[in-house]
Amino acid sequence: MVRSLSETELKPVTWEYAVQAKGLRVKAGRHLAVTGLDLSIGVGVHGLLGPNGAGKTTLMRALATVLSPESGTLELLGRPVQERGADLRGVRRGTGYLPQEFGYYPKFTVREFVEYVAWLKEMPALAVPVAAERAIARVGLADRADRKLKELSGGMLRRAGVAQAIVNTPDLLLLDEPTVGLDPEQRLAFRELLRDLGADTCVLVSTHLVEDVVASCTDVVVVHTGRVVWQGTPGQLAERGGTGDPGDSAAERGYSALVRQARREAGA
Amino acid sequence: MTTHIDDDMLARYAGISESLPDAVVWSVEDHLDGCGGCRARLGAVVAPGTAVLVAEVGGRVTGSLPAVAPSRRRFAVVRRWSTWSLLPRLTVSVGALLAVLMLDVLNPYHPSPVLLIAPVVPLFGVAAACSRRDDPAWELVAASPQGGVLMVLRRTVTVLAALLPVLALVGWVTATPLVLWLLPCLTVTSATIAVGSLLGVRRAAGVVTAAWVVVVTAPAVLTQQVPAVLGADKAPAWAATGLLLAVLAWKRADAFQRLTSRN
Repeated sequence: MVRSLSETELKPVTWEYAVQAKGLRVKAGRHLAVTGLDLSIGVGVHGLLGPNGAGKTTLMRALATVLSPESGTLELLGRPVQERGADLRGVRRGTGYLPQEFGYYPKFTVREFVEYVAWLKEMPALAVPVAAERAIARVGLADRADRKLKELSGGMLRRAGVAQAIVNTPDLLLLDEPTVGLDPEQRLAFRELLRDLGADTCVLVSTHLVEDVVASCTDVVVVHTGRVVWQGTPGQLAERGGTGDPGDSAAERGYSALVRQARREAGA
Repeated sequence: MTTHIDDDMLARYAGISESLPDAVVWSVEDHLDGCGGCRARLGAVVAPGTAVLVAEVGGRVTGSLPAVAPSRRRFAVVRRWSTWSLLPRLTVSVGALLAVLMLDVLNPYHPSPVLLIAPVVPLFGVAAACSRRDDPAWELVAASPQGGVLMVLRRTVTVLAALLPVLALVGWVTATPLVLWLLPCLTVTSATIAVGSLLGVRRAAGVVTAAWVVVVTAPAVLTQQVPAVLGADKAPAWAATGLLLAVLAWKRADAFQRLTSRN
């Protein structure tokens, strides 16, 4: 059966910011983890930094439309998503998501899994095999495409996770801790891939590795206790640190300084 | 209301000389991607030379693509309609049914235990239709357009498709009339999905099963009579209730769009 599109779906959707949040509050279980967050990001690679418990994963889940905001406004790819009856399917078709806890079906091969996610994202059936092949090749798993997921190492699984996230060539790509388990060589290749993806996609990478952010991101967002406490370029982040701040690089010292300041302000 | 691309827009899209705004081109292409009718109409309005060129390029591209091994795709439909975690639950359900059948055959009891448990047997599988504990990729599924109520319904249909033939066989062996268990079975399944929109499907399956035990199984065991609610004359009431609950579940479809602590 051929599905026809409604007038609303056929209407062109344009946006300046792929993600636009104002006063966003999101609960993780019963705990309010995102507490009035304002964020506007467009095309580019954006690093999301913050200490444990800062609300990064809850924010990523809200942006993936998995969690519903308690209050505030959230617009993704030009569509408001906080209201009942929002066009979540349209947003989800244009989004790629790698969760922090990347669950997978162990008996699937890499190719089967990526093709399954392509189907979940309602890609046209004819485009799926080629799109899956391309996504798998981009993460360097072409030679293991027919290996079962349970036979892969942690780093390879993470790469398979990135492949499923990019299979639909998303406009908004959300990667939660994508470099966990990658060896140094793979991390370098991944940074290259991120820069490549960021040329025409809004990529938000949640990580605790400042060096990854500096190497591949055009923009850094620092969150603390569920709010954005700082946003700027990696160069500006490096300028924030002083010699007394802990860290092995200027950017790490800058990040430490921002977190210390946020803690002081939260305590006050 | 549904909309297709009008003739004027198709002609403008097909006309290479005229440039349409990018956003309009994307919308048109997005629609063409899913609408065979409009693609066919587009084929009719392009210049003959273009159609020949497209056919030639299409032929070459198809010829250069690697052939996809059929074995890889054999289970694609099964994968879309179920998860591996359903398999052990279905196996346990079939095992339980066969055990009850054995009990019934070896030691006939009135009312038949088959009749008393058959309608709720599928709920053990339905409980896994939307559950973070039973689906390793629950977060990916939940974040996809095919997630939510569509996935719940797909997996529920899979459970019913797997178990109804077994139930029918067991009912035939024990001479339990189909009408006595099939309509209640479909109704409690609808109830599980409807209540699941409030409590989560897993909890709803537990609640509905407990309610069944209290309202139907326990009184039947105590009185040794077929409960009035399972009488043949109650079939229209079961059908109407099932339909009502199915409509209610569909109306509450939005509740399955997001993950909550209840899932």
